[in-house]
Amino acid sequence: MKMTGGQIICESLQKEGVDVIFGILGGAILPLYDTLPQYPKLHHVLTRHEQGAAHAAEGYARATGKVGVCFATSGPGATNLVTGIANAYLDSSPMVAITGQVARPFIGKDAFQEVDITGITLPITKHNYLVLEAGSLAKTVKEAFYLARTGRPGPVLIDVPKDVFVEETEFHYPTKIDLPGYKPTLKGHPSQIKKAAKLINEAKHPLIIAGRGVIISGAYAELKQLAETAQIPVVTTLLGISCFSENHILSFGMLGMHGMAHANMAVNAADLVIAVGMRFDDRATSRVSGFAPNARIIHIDIDPAEIGKNVRVDVPIVGDVKVVLNELNKLITPAQHVDWFKQLDDWRKEHPSTEIRDSGKLLPQFVVRQIYEATGGEATVVTGVGQNQMWAAQYYCYNKPNTLISSGGLGTMGFGLPAAIGAKIGSPNTPVWCIDGDGSFQMNIQELATAAQERAAVKIAILNNGFLGMVRQWQELFYEKRYVATPLSGPDFVKVAEAYGISAIRVKRTEEVVPAIERAIAEPGPFLIDFVVEPEENVYPMVAPGAALHEIIEAPVKEVAMWQRRSTP
Amino acid sequence: MATTQHTLVALVEDKPGVLNRMASLFRRRGFNIDSIAVGHCEVPHLSRMTIVVNGSTTVVEQVRKQLDKIIDVIRVSEINAEDAVNRELALIKVKANSTTRSEIMQIVDIFRANIIDVSADSLTVEVTGDEDKIDSLYDLLRAFGIKELARTGRLAMARGGSNSLRPEKES
Repeated sequence: MKMTGGQIICESLQKEGVDVIFGILGGAILPLYDTLPQYPKLHHVLTRHEQGAAHAAEGYARATGKVGVCFATSGPGATNLVTGIANAYLDSSPMVAITGQVARPFIGKDAFQEVDITGITLPITKHNYLVLEAGSLAKTVKEAFYLARTGRPGPVLIDVPKDVFVEETEFHYPTKIDLPGYKPTLKGHPSQIKKAAKLINEAKHPLIIAGRGVIISGAYAELKQLAETAQIPVVTTLLGISCFSENHILSFGMLGMHGMAHANMAVNAADLVIAVGMRFDDRATSRVSGFAPNARIIHIDIDPAEIGKNVRVDVPIVGDVKVVLNELNKLITPAQHVDWFKQLDDWRKEHPSTEIRDSGKLLPQFVVRQIYEATGGEATVVTGVGQNQMWAAQYYCYNKPNTLISSGGLGTMGFGLPAAIGAKIGSPNTPVWCIDGDGSFQMNIQELATAAQERAAVKIAILNNGFLGMVRQWQELFYEKRYVATPLSGPDFVKVAEAYGISAIRVKRTEEVVPAIERAIAEPGPFLIDFVVEPEENVYPMVAPGAALHEIIEAPVKEVAMWQRRSTP
Repeated sequence: MATTQHTLVALVEDKPGVLNRMASLFRRRGFNIDSIAVGHCEVPHLSRMTIVVNGSTTVVEQVRKQLDKIIDVIRVSEINAEDAVNRELALIKVKANSTTRSEIMQIVDIFRANIIDVSADSLTVEVTGDEDKIDSLYDLLRAFGIKELARTGRLAMARGGSNSLRPEKES
């Protein structure tokens, strides 16, 4: 049957199981949008900026494990996607972006709204395509989805000239993929796995560092089995949070620049590090030369290029985390590391990292903690970037798999709201909380309109300190308090939300926090709370840039602990 | 860590933009590339690239792995210099007049190079060999005055009967 290029794309998207598309139309992509009414199963979510569309697609992808899809028109539409695509690339999120391009005769002529988006996105996509004939569309869409979701997932961009959307051709959806240059290794090398098992069975102070690869691979049970059998403490990277229940007795929280003191000390003291689905990002390792100085390192990752990139590795295992751990677990003998756990627990007692001061002031940490209490840890938390992100990581206790969605690699302020909308649309029965800062939130504040139009019931908690807080913290600690360009004024977020048709309240005092959160939960639609928090609160613990991981700056004033994140076992 | 020259051979899809993808990767990751030579190979629709990289073993391993991640790159191998034949071709246009012409021709003969074009004031020399041979000839000809030089960059192939690059990525 003959179809237009636009119809072929929609048919192919349905074949790939797509049900939601985030995007904004424009001249070059108009013919594709014109075919959308023929496909009522493809729900289109109109965002208010293409960056919002890309982040929403990623939020959707990360909440559901499916490929997120976004559309944008040529030129500025396409360039507005760029930050979102880069974000998905660095955080290994599966995404397919389809952009309109000027019609074929205009390509290369600097036509109106023409930009070389395949050239621009070359280093931030797993692969990209410029499709020059309708006959290649079906094959291209098939390949794009396959590339996006398999191996190490990532974003794939398909650029389609306007006249290709209307070109007619026969539609056959291919059943096979022919990509000779793409054969991800899933199964780990047996002899490497044996070597790893030997090291694990002999280790006295082993430590697992788990990353987002565990979540992507769905290896929750396998990781738990490894940790429990060999009695290995588990720390996670920021993006690894929620791959292992933080309530578990073997959980020792997040490592890194704002990681738990005891987690970083554990890395320093370990004699064996088992790095699972993580990539030794500099925010996790701090100074590489001082990283895990006493440890041999086993690195399990699906991307061979990550092995040995930042940190020397003793036993590399390339493969899918779930598959590798399954094989590895067969060779692990039960063990006890009593002294090691005693040491870790002593550090946890001596260096409590998530106390909340009893200051009488409204502290952001307290707000996050109350959101955890009120939701019972059932919510998916989506964060902005900055202090809000770190407090969300530190003070919410992630017990359920895949409950934190955050921009780790790119650190994109403005990620929170659109990603939360995408996550909510992807998992409508899960409570979704967007914990954001006043600076970060304003970078995509226009997406309040999307939340309102879609009735996407995201609950927004703005930790409003009137600063670009994380940068202010650096200015305070490293630039002698010269607060250049970090103070922010306004707006009135309650009025802004109400202007968009979203209910909102402001909270200034500690005792108002719980009722506000309960009201937000009771509200059927989206809801915003503007928490006016202590303006110059810092994120601790902190490892200064360039320092080794165990050189930890802890909160300078020790006041009475109101809250501790968990009771020490 | 000691930096040395390494030769990588890549089998890539003969598609628009492939060279761009590879060049972009070298630039973005700061890899130091000495030469790249591209051409057809024994498999239709595939091209073969010979890439000469300067760096430590770790860096070169990163180059190889990052190249391998490009979807259009079918396979990348490092060729061990001792087990391989390396050749480069150069065209050298050298100033020549009636008094210097015969002397240049003698030098060209010694290097088993060819003269492929002659004019009243120049000779164009074609020379094939490893980089050292081409450098030596170039140095000798410099005394006469070089008008133009073009080099292909290194081509390399493993010695013996096996293919330097197995056609499959994993086998």
